[in-house]
Amino acid sequence: MIDTLLSSIGHVFTLTHLLFMMIGIFVGLLVGIIPGLGGIAGMALLLPFLYGLDPGYALGMLMGMVAVIPTGDTFASVLMGIPGSSASQATVLDGFPLAKKGQAARALTSAFLSSLCGGVIGAIILTGFILVARPLVLAFSSAELFVLTLLGLTMVAVLSGKNLFKGTAACGLGLLVGAIGAAPATGEYRMNLDIDYLYDGVPLIVLGLGIFALPEIVELLLGRGSIAKNGNTDLGKGWSAGIKDVVKNKWLVARCAGIGSLIGTIPGLAGSVVDWITYGFAVKTAKDPSQFGKGDIRGVIAPESANNACACGAMVPTLLFGVPGSGTAAVFLGGLLLLGLEPGVSMITTNLDMTYTIIWSLALANILGAGLCLMLARPVAQLTRVPFAILAPAITVLILFAAYQASRSLGDWAALGMIGMIGVLFKSAGWSRPAFLIGFVLAPGAENYFYQSMQFHGAEAFLRPGVLIILGLILLAFFLPVIRKAIMRRRQTHEVVETAPSPEEDVLESRGFGGVDFLLLLMMGAAALWALYDVKDLMPLGKAFPTLAAFITLLSVIAVVFNGWRRGMIRVKQPAFKAVGAVLGFFVLIGVSALLGFVSTAVLFCLGFQLTIARKSPLFAGLFALGVAVFLLGMQAAMNLHYPTGLLDDVVLPMIPFL
Amino acid sequence: MSIIVSTPKRQTLKRHARTTALAFMLPVMGLMPLSSAVHAAAEVPDTLTWTVPFGVGGGTDVWARFMSNWVTKDLPGNPAVVIDNVPGGGSITGVNLFSKRAGDDGDEMVVTSASTQYPAMLRDRRVRYDYADWEPIFAAPTGGVVYASSSLGKDSASALEALASQEVKFAGQNPTGLEMPVLMAFDLLDFQVDPVFGMKSRGEGRLAFERGEVALDFQTTSAYKSNVTPLVDAGQAVPLFSLGVMDDEGHIERDPSFPDLPTFSELYLAQEGHSRDDEAYQIFHKFFASGYAMQKMLLVPKDVDPELLELYRQAARDLAKDPEFLKEAAEKVGPYGLMVGKAAATQLQEAMQLSEAEHEWVKNWLMERHNIRLQSR
Repeated sequence: MIDTLLSSIGHVFTLTHLLFMMIGIFVGLLVGIIPGLGGIAGMALLLPFLYGLDPGYALGMLMGMVAVIPTGDTFASVLMGIPGSSASQATVLDGFPLAKKGQAARALTSAFLSSLCGGVIGAIILTGFILVARPLVLAFSSAELFVLTLLGLTMVAVLSGKNLFKGTAACGLGLLVGAIGAAPATGEYRMNLDIDYLYDGVPLIVLGLGIFALPEIVELLLGRGSIAKNGNTDLGKGWSAGIKDVVKNKWLVARCAGIGSLIGTIPGLAGSVVDWITYGFAVKTAKDPSQFGKGDIRGVIAPESANNACACGAMVPTLLFGVPGSGTAAVFLGGLLLLGLEPGVSMITTNLDMTYTIIWSLALANILGAGLCLMLARPVAQLTRVPFAILAPAITVLILFAAYQASRSLGDWAALGMIGMIGVLFKSAGWSRPAFLIGFVLAPGAENYFYQSMQFHGAEAFLRPGVLIILGLILLAFFLPVIRKAIMRRRQTHEVVETAPSPEEDVLESRGFGGVDFLLLLMMGAAALWALYDVKDLMPLGKAFPTLAAFITLLSVIAVVFNGWRRGMIRVKQPAFKAVGAVLGFFVLIGVSALLGFVSTAVLFCLGFQLTIARKSPLFAGLFALGVAVFLLGMQAAMNLHYPTGLLDDVVLPMIPFL
Repeated sequence: MSIIVSTPKRQTLKRHARTTALAFMLPVMGLMPLSSAVHAAAEVPDTLTWTVPFGVGGGTDVWARFMSNWVTKDLPGNPAVVIDNVPGGGSITGVNLFSKRAGDDGDEMVVTSASTQYPAMLRDRRVRYDYADWEPIFAAPTGGVVYASSSLGKDSASALEALASQEVKFAGQNPTGLEMPVLMAFDLLDFQVDPVFGMKSRGEGRLAFERGEVALDFQTTSAYKSNVTPLVDAGQAVPLFSLGVMDDEGHIERDPSFPDLPTFSELYLAQEGHSRDDEAYQIFHKFFASGYAMQKMLLVPKDVDPELLELYRQAARDLAKDPEFLKEAAEKVGPYGLMVGKAAATQLQEAMQLSEAEHEWVKNWLMERHNIRLQSR
């Protein structure tokens, strides 16, 4: 085994291998940084090179790409509040607030350094673990997967702030939206309104963009100014501050990397829960968790060190069983098939050298990729200094671009607008958007694994040792903070120091009630009732889950109302008219794009925006619009993407030479 | 996203040289007959666009890319192939789009798979394409093996016996997908099977088998060879039967990859009172033909110039006999030959048409056996 290990290192460090790996890394960073693209787009770019290449080199290239995607997507998460891929959703929660505080460089540096450490730790764990992992992977049945999904769902309690029932209502709505489409047990279609687009359900990227990115853009736009609010901070300091943060939190990095690589090895779950579980872990273990969600650097470090480690762990089921653990791993599996490598037991026997080439490439690519990003961090962080009115049209076009890549249908844009509306309302009334997202992401797993574990094991499913261990962990996660708080309180009474953080804010958060709250409660109640009506004729197994989700939503809505009535509500103003108006404007933009064509509309929109709203010179506006056009057409040519065409595109685009 | 798959450069040069040589020799050779391919009046387009209704890196995409490298080799002019991936709706979205847009110039083709064929046969509401509008150029089969846990019996005879009396679980994806004929086969053999659906791939089904959650499983040939053979060698699994392969006349024969394993048809027909004319068997046969014997297909709109279609088919026939191709295909996409031209067209038409009564039978079977309501047009 040692021989194989060393000979693989020798292979990885040959010049040719490094060269091919660098190609992979560049492609991976490119598709990672641009939101909406991801492993599949990267694969499309690499394919022409893959054919006929020596499998060792091809694997290096593939690994280079796969390894750095969860690193590159941090840029969009931190700088623009756009969750670039499913691996970087939790990063948005604290990364973007940090950028708003003018600490983008610090957040990026910590994120990349944690990614690097996480990736390397993950690769080291993988080296030994892959040889003995078979029994562990087999120990995880659908029952264990179900309770792990539950563990992910309990994070809602951690993330929903002072008003728990608003959190569960948001989560319930997320579960409902996640249940749109085919029922896993019966194949029946649910809640799709007979719209073709909804047969597949709402794509994750569209939901992430709508719930996080759109409301942030709207708020920034209405508030004017730049992303970074306090303009005096010296951005140069960010670098050393970021490095210090990681060193200070080295144990958090190590633990999250460990959790990430272990969860990564579980097939069928990995990518979707790992960042929430580690984020929740960071919140739970922090001595002072009050700053999470408002810009706590640990909220960036935890998910970032976990997601690269998770990408390493995900290699275990992919290589050993041919069952990918995450979206990126699925892409990698496709690559293996293209190379004519069939995953299976042979990967740790006859093809062990290939496996170690993969693992070492993974480690090296993590180091090189994070290194490149670290160099980029400081200059790119300057973007947060630019007045937002200038950036806004570019980011809007980027979001439209990203959303349309999800399924290349106008439905993507319509869904984006709708979810964006929910996001704006949630944001202005302080409802938990992460809770909604968690519900959505975990809905399919929760439903499917519960159903399967009941079918396979019956009620005994919950007596399996693995299940009991995980359930114990969940209880621990819930009660540990309670116990700790009790101890803290006792100490505090001894010292007679009351340092309750800003009580007024807390009271408003738990008891405030405004017009948007009212509107949301009404909408959620109606949505839940409609869902109940829609699924009433389905087979029992097809309707069980949406019914449950609808009841969670309904009961939470009732609980919010009841609590408000019992504790007394404090009337608060929740101005949302302007924001809602902005989203309606967004719908107009979508409509015009569908009519005239995306490229023309994007150019006209940028021109008009810079001239009238940002009040820039015609020269600047022209150059800016030209830049956007070059980006869109360049991407189209390089990756053969498709945009919606329309009246104007059909006339103008053919006139441009070189296309 | 689509990628131009470059045609082998050397090949183009060689062909060019050959054409030049021919041009010089023509006046000398006078009336010497030339190969029909060079002489055909039909013009092969420079670029062929293949719509692949699946994402990059999936099984059908890998197959299409592999085939695109080979099939143009025997076409005059070595056209380039552009693969256009249009995923969504389990392949229905992309094929609907192709059906709406494709012209009959012969440069647009569509690659389909069992998950495109089955919804059309089951009259899924979303399907807006009709196989009668297209002509197949070639079709590629896949095989598969049903195996059981050795806890049911040390050899296939005892395991088969146990299956008839003892209820076992089977982990599947959904009852109307690729596993449908396999589930029908279980019923036809009177197995007591209790299926659990919702697996995301056949690989997950195999994991459930290895965990001991199910005692019966099915894998297609390549996955069986790499992942189940070790289990058989270790005495954990017992192979029961293969689905077999179909010859040009539509008869099911033993799978060349598993010559020692009986086919499902052998087992079924050996039982008393069973015949090929049984309605359930005929329906199984149709789904087997369109889902396995012709699992992946390349098709063109039927209004394309017949001479051009014949050129394409000739290229496919040449390819099907090319030993180099067969060798590489065996390594990369499975050890089966291609079904070409008229034979493919006839088998396709026969398989794809379910009579009203047959459709009703499937509907009832799904309802009674699996508690699934077929939402068809």
